[in-house]
Amino acid sequence: MISLKYFASLKSIAGKEEDSLEIENPITIDQLSDIISKTAPKMGAIIREKKVMISVNQEMASADTVIHDGDEVAFLPPFSGGAQ
Amino acid sequence: MSTTTDSKIRIQLEDFSVTDEIEAMKKVSRNIGGITTFLGTGRELSKGQNITQLNFEHYPKMAEKKLEEIRAQAIKDYGIIDMSIIHRIGPIDIGENIVLIVAVGEHRGETFKACEWAIAELKRTTPIWKRETTSTGEVWVQDTP
Repeated sequence: MISLKYFASLKSIAGKEEDSLEIENPITIDQLSDIISKTAPKMGAIIREKKVMISVNQEMASADTVIHDGDEVAFLPPFSGGAQ
Repeated sequence: MSTTTDSKIRIQLEDFSVTDEIEAMKKVSRNIGGITTFLGTGRELSKGQNITQLNFEHYPKMAEKKLEEIRAQAIKDYGIIDMSIIHRIGPIDIGENIVLIVAVGEHRGETFKACEWAIAELKRTTPIWKRETTSTGEVWVQDTP
């Protein structure tokens, strides 16, 4: 099982802060976005169009990063911390 | 979340004392000859709208890790003696402290450069998000100037 985390504006788009997903074999971020698109098309589109960054186990990931059982995947909208 | 002033990287709900944080960094070395600080505070006006409150959210563990990376790289690349970075999360009112960076070095030059680089890098790489509340509603800020 992998855990999925949504932050900031993505929480309302995904309709949740956290989710989990059973995977039989390791999958790529691209494959994960396909799976998400089936149940949450808007979220899937945002991932495919690279409007968010994705981390796996708190490290930035790319479309071909492989996700294994037990991993934590987070969807991160553009950052806005600090101050101007 | 750590709340002690011993840790040089902190993400915390509560406010901090700029004076206490500078004093803590002065104790790091007797060779400190220059200290540069950046203090970010809650601003009332944003894109022509009056903000009534700010709210910051972070990705625990990853945000702290990124701040630690920024500290380590600033020390290595700019030759400063040390750096502390404190960022608040949760609700923040106008005028309140948001983020503090303290860079200490032997001379002022490297501390100015390190401090400016660190706040830009924080905004670019650290998973912290700001939500602004105005009279028309709430919006997550997504541009990173």
